[in-house]
Amino acid sequence: MNLSDYYAITPLVFLVCWAIFLLLVDLWIPAGRKGITALLSAAGLLIALVLVLRSGEQVLTAFEGSVVVDGFSVFLSVLFLVSALAGIALAHDYLQRLGLERGEYYPLLLISTSGMMLMTYAYDLIEVFLALELLSIPLYILAGFSRLNLESEEASLKYFLLGAFSSGFVLYGVGLVFAATGYTDFPGIAKAAQNGSLNPTLFLIGAGLVLTGFGFKSALVPFHMWSPDVYQGAPSPVTAFMSVGAKAAGFAALLRVFVVVFPGMSVNLTPLLWALAALTMFVGNIVALVQSNIKRLLAYSSIAHSGYLLMAFVPYGNASVRSDAIAGMLFYLAAYCLTTFGAWAVVIALEKAEGKGLELEDYAGLGHRYPFLAATMTIFLLSFTGVPLTLGFWGKFYLFSTAVEGGFWQLALIGLLTSLISAYYYLRVVVIMYMRPGTPQVQRNFWPLLTSGVGALAVVILGIAPGVLLNLAVSALLKGL
Amino acid sequence: MLNEYYPLVVISMIAIALGFFVVLLGSILGPRRPTQHKGQPYESGMIPYGPGTRRISVRYYLVAVLFILFDIEVVFFLPWAVAFRKLGVSGFILMVIFAVILEIAFVYAWKKGALEWE
Repeated sequence: MNLSDYYAITPLVFLVCWAIFLLLVDLWIPAGRKGITALLSAAGLLIALVLVLRSGEQVLTAFEGSVVVDGFSVFLSVLFLVSALAGIALAHDYLQRLGLERGEYYPLLLISTSGMMLMTYAYDLIEVFLALELLSIPLYILAGFSRLNLESEEASLKYFLLGAFSSGFVLYGVGLVFAATGYTDFPGIAKAAQNGSLNPTLFLIGAGLVLTGFGFKSALVPFHMWSPDVYQGAPSPVTAFMSVGAKAAGFAALLRVFVVVFPGMSVNLTPLLWALAALTMFVGNIVALVQSNIKRLLAYSSIAHSGYLLMAFVPYGNASVRSDAIAGMLFYLAAYCLTTFGAWAVVIALEKAEGKGLELEDYAGLGHRYPFLAATMTIFLLSFTGVPLTLGFWGKFYLFSTAVEGGFWQLALIGLLTSLISAYYYLRVVVIMYMRPGTPQVQRNFWPLLTSGVGALAVVILGIAPGVLLNLAVSALLKGL
Repeated sequence: MLNEYYPLVVISMIAIALGFFVVLLGSILGPRRPTQHKGQPYESGMIPYGPGTRRISVRYYLVAVLFILFDIEVVFFLPWAVAFRKLGVSGFILMVIFAVILEIAFVYAWKKGALEWE
């Protein structure tokens, strides 16, 4: 261990130190002025963003090969840092309004973000597990942040129990992989898999358990049962951050682990992944049809989006499609991030204390009273559906074309059909906003409005010119590919 | 490889079956004369009072959490102290960083009033 190791992970070290510093500083910031903590944490995230971008294209390995910094990790780190910034922008006014203003929100968010970043750096299964815990534990607390609200407590406890359960799966899988190969670092396992010097049964079971664990984290059907309750009960900014960050981190780990470590197992895993993807798309979209609460609707829609993402992952064993699949998934994650935060910003603008203002009926008349909010929400919902000229269309386009390229056109067909189904419940919200009379009550705070405005602008501009983002995603190379 | 475990499986199955069998035998053959004293949780100990699921003050949990804070500190300090010379200056610096982080947690708890009992 020497200083160059720390040089490679400067952003991470900085973010953790900053979070600890904030925890201490916040003690002396009087209640009611927690905006200072919010600003300080946003400043810390911006500095971390600069530090991440500084490392640029170079590939660094550190800590005896257990940590790797490459284009892939830089792309996702930027995504996580932007998510955290959005999480802060959405949170401050919301927490004040609902009487939840406590400074711990911001350090916890920062620590969770650092866990997500570590997940993208991890090049060793133990490191993956460490990152998983580092990102999850603050999220368990954040889910119960509205602690006098029973629903929030339920969300926190449920998330904690199922999270611990899924961590157990991951750890057991890691243990079995170690038992089968004798290594926990990715190159070691990959080499053992190539030489065939391993116990194939244990190895396969281990890979399956790791997949199950991350399936819980990314809310894939049939491991999705926790997510609607948790998404509904947790405070909305936390839900937004969780649905983007935790999901992207789960997929980052899946990509890194399966592409680098288990490429040879694709023959055995492909049918499993196929079924998971198809099931996730179907169940997520069909159950979303009957939801009347906007938070639950977005939760099921988020499950459905996990299904689309997993679809591109199915042909990961096919070397000629692999890089397209990774680029497509990164592109989709970025699109999903922008769209989701925008949509949640609108939800937060309408949400009132005690879980009021969250029914779809509460959106009636929004189109006439608040044309800006309704217009941005419409853009986000169209992007979720995948209507052309939005970012979501290109995201789905790349995912579907990857699946077809990999020879899984049936899966692409399922994706297309379920997207059509999803149009019904997304457009229903649009219809309610514009066609039904009503007097929606909106809190017009600057930061959420800014978030939804920037999100809508990005979704439209990048939807017209997706090349910029696609180039970034394509050049985000994975080490060892 | 798994064959080696075969006797173990047989033995555990016999043990489990035997356990059930003995309990079953006792409940079939044994006489049953319940008295008040036999029904108590501790036949010859303190006389229990109150329900078993009393509420416990949340402060105890705070104490428990603070205890874990220092417990972990000790758990890490002991092996470090044993290997102090080997780890040298870098080990010392890392340990100081570790201790500082823990102390920050302690300051946080203190300032939040975790040590005030009234």
